[in-house]
Amino acid sequence: MSLLTINDLTVEFPTRRKLFTAVDHVDLSVEPGEIHGLVGESGAGKSTIGAAIMGLLDRPGRIASGTIKLSGDQISGIDAEAMRGLRGKKISMIFQDPLTSLNPLFTVREQLVETIQAHLGGSDSEANKRARDLIDRVGIPDPDARLDQYPHQFSGGMRQRVVIALALCTEPDVIIADEPTTALDVSVQAQILDLIKELATERQVGVILITHDMGVIADTTDKVTVMYAGKVVESGPTSQVMGQPTHEYTKSLIAAVPRPTLKLHRFPQISYGGRETRFAIEDMARHWPKVDNDTSKPVFEIRNLTKKFLQKRGLLPWDRTYFTAVDDVSFDIRAGEVFGVVGESGSGKSTVARMIAGLYPVDGGTITFEGQTVSDLTNKAALDAYRKNIQMIFQDPYSSLNPRMRVDEIVAEPIRHHKLMDGADIKRRVDELLDQVGLGHEAGLKYPHEFSGGQRQRISIARALATQPRFLICDEPTSALDVSIQAQILNILKDLQEHLGLTLLFISHDLPVVRQMCDRVAVMKQGKVVELQETNDLFANPQTEYASELLRLMPKLDDLSTEGLNAET
Amino acid sequence: MFAYIVRRMFQSVIVLLVVGLVAFSMFRFVGDPIDNMLGQERTQADIDRLRTELGLDKPFPVQYFKFLQGAVQGNFGVSYRQGRPVSTIIAERAPATLELAFVSGFLAITMGIALGVFTAIRRQGVAANVIMTVSLIGVSLPTFLIGILLIYIFSVELDLLPSFGRGETVMIGNWSTGFLTSSGLKALILPAITLGLYQMTLIMRLVRSEMLEVLRADYVRFARARGLSDRVINFRHALKNTLVPVITITGLQLGSIIAFAIITETVFQWPGVGLLFINAIQFVDIPVMAAYLMLISVMFVTINLIVDLLYYAIDPRLRVDARAT
Repeated sequence: MSLLTINDLTVEFPTRRKLFTAVDHVDLSVEPGEIHGLVGESGAGKSTIGAAIMGLLDRPGRIASGTIKLSGDQISGIDAEAMRGLRGKKISMIFQDPLTSLNPLFTVREQLVETIQAHLGGSDSEANKRARDLIDRVGIPDPDARLDQYPHQFSGGMRQRVVIALALCTEPDVIIADEPTTALDVSVQAQILDLIKELATERQVGVILITHDMGVIADTTDKVTVMYAGKVVESGPTSQVMGQPTHEYTKSLIAAVPRPTLKLHRFPQISYGGRETRFAIEDMARHWPKVDNDTSKPVFEIRNLTKKFLQKRGLLPWDRTYFTAVDDVSFDIRAGEVFGVVGESGSGKSTVARMIAGLYPVDGGTITFEGQTVSDLTNKAALDAYRKNIQMIFQDPYSSLNPRMRVDEIVAEPIRHHKLMDGADIKRRVDELLDQVGLGHEAGLKYPHEFSGGQRQRISIARALATQPRFLICDEPTSALDVSIQAQILNILKDLQEHLGLTLLFISHDLPVVRQMCDRVAVMKQGKVVELQETNDLFANPQTEYASELLRLMPKLDDLSTEGLNAET
Repeated sequence: MFAYIVRRMFQSVIVLLVVGLVAFSMFRFVGDPIDNMLGQERTQADIDRLRTELGLDKPFPVQYFKFLQGAVQGNFGVSYRQGRPVSTIIAERAPATLELAFVSGFLAITMGIALGVFTAIRRQGVAANVIMTVSLIGVSLPTFLIGILLIYIFSVELDLLPSFGRGETVMIGNWSTGFLTSSGLKALILPAITLGLYQMTLIMRLVRSEMLEVLRADYVRFARARGLSDRVINFRHALKNTLVPVITITGLQLGSIIAFAIITETVFQWPGVGLLFINAIQFVDIPVMAAYLMLISVMFVTINLIVDLLYYAIDPRLRVDARAT
């Protein structure tokens, strides 16, 4: 008998206009000690299954049909009080973002003890002892001191360990992990996944691992279920589904995953469901000012760049402490190349980008753009002329567009700011841009919230191209997107570089993506560039220990099917 | 922490000085106190003599400086109207206002938070919706109108509660309290409700919207997923997080309870400092007005300081960072 069995589950969300079926006749079963991956794009219904098992469906969602059984006992449709007794005791959940899933106002000890006592009762000293053991078990060093700290005193990875400790409080049989490592760095992600694997084997816990990351699935899970639009499209042992996918959707999903070992000319785009949007690069190239990229000369010369942030304010200068975010960084960016910067969060990669864009003042060192030093420009006209040539695409397509501005106003704003055109010309240019990025000029009359993440990132690209810049800064442009949308956006960026002669600064923590996109890569660690190489050389032959460590932690996708991929020669 | 308090104190002093300066620059537009002080049979010589005596012939920065000189020594001058030291008059009147403000502030906070939490948890319930609708009236009716309505219902029609004054009072040392007699307590009810109603509805609406926000937070969902009871989630996890932003607004509101007591005190003829101030304006009693304004600003500034310190007490993110370094 399986530990957890889901039979013919359908979850519906009645809305005013129509009934939305989030989960459509899904079957799933999990054995003790098994890690079962649930993969699909956002909106596929995978998190809804997790919420349905926990009895925590958001209103007005409801289980329309089907049963959920835990060790043979039905748990769907039982009353709220009985469900609360199971929650945390038999079934636990781990959430995506460790920064927000712990209550900031209570110490770790308080949160653990309260959960232990809610289910097991027992004296304070017993609960405290158990709390200490749990913290020790999930690998947090110095448990006695750390128990009495507040969540904000822990790093992201350590917080996720606390969350896991909380989920383990009462020896659950099933753990539902909803994107447990999406918000974490590669190295931390590897540690957390190892911990989950260990727990599954050691305690014979059944784990449902919900994720959109194929690398995590391939590395961690025993079985996998692929979902599309609320339905299961394929299910089976991980190696089989990843290696020989049978369903068209699974095939196209796997094909869109960037590979660390295989450099492609273009990403295959997901053809399933007919969502492909054309990007009219030839059309754009026709109107673009001709640039002669002299590849021997650098566009940017960065020399000894330094940035310090005030860490602790003080009345007196010697009371203040500073944090050096960027520490004596030097590199050149050649004309027409894609220059990658990789590193973990806090390594200073975004700070470098922001200083180049002129968003942060420079504390030391110089930035030279086409022979002109720009880091100490104070003359507004000169600064504007520089900024016109530099545009930026941000990570989060949800917060980087003003929700109260119409899309055509958003795209027109840089043109108006730099006074490049006026009146009807602006409108024509904006319509052209929106057509070219594949949204159609009608999109200009809508507001950002009417678009999906990938479409919003296209709006960001249209906005960035509005001033016809020479240089694009892309700060993790795809890390918030699904893998198929990521493939589309990355292809667009490659087109821009090839056909318009743009130079790109590409920041990412995702090494396979960097491998696909970049000509040269700088590896940053704690504010310093520790290694700078041609991309292929870096991946084949890293010179520093840190770079080889990063490469080692990268998910191995060797088992993934290579159907439909054409390697670059 | 210490440096922070010192810095705040320093800012507070500047605020007080500016308030005083603005007040003094306005006083000359209120009227000429000499008109009221001398009878019909005054001569120009009398007027000039009195004006010199009171220092009113000097430019206002000089008057302000003289006031400050006295104020730092605890001497706020002599009331033009009553001929007694201002500090004595205010000390006599302050207990009435403070007791009224305390009771209505207490009502506003306890009822406001309780109703706010209730309406947030039972968002769909009938009772919650009725409370929300009624609270709109509390927010939109002006204070004096509420006072008059209450007087009409409870004093005129039902004849249950007194419509003016503070009833019998008992002196404890220099403090005259109405808490110890039944007529004193009865007299408190209507003015306290009048003064606190607006604040109560405001706090309630604020708590409700904050609480709804917090109940959607990930850590509340996670607490639910850990199988904690609704009571623990609502009152331990959610309420404490709700209070962080609510404290700021509430602190400012308590300040305004004391400041806006003027209207309520006028409606109910409550013998507090607010009524004193209104009378002082009519008589252009500059020393009383100046002392009252300074007193109110001191209160606002102090409450603000306390609110900021409460942040440290509630939010470990501020507290621990301050200690760690």
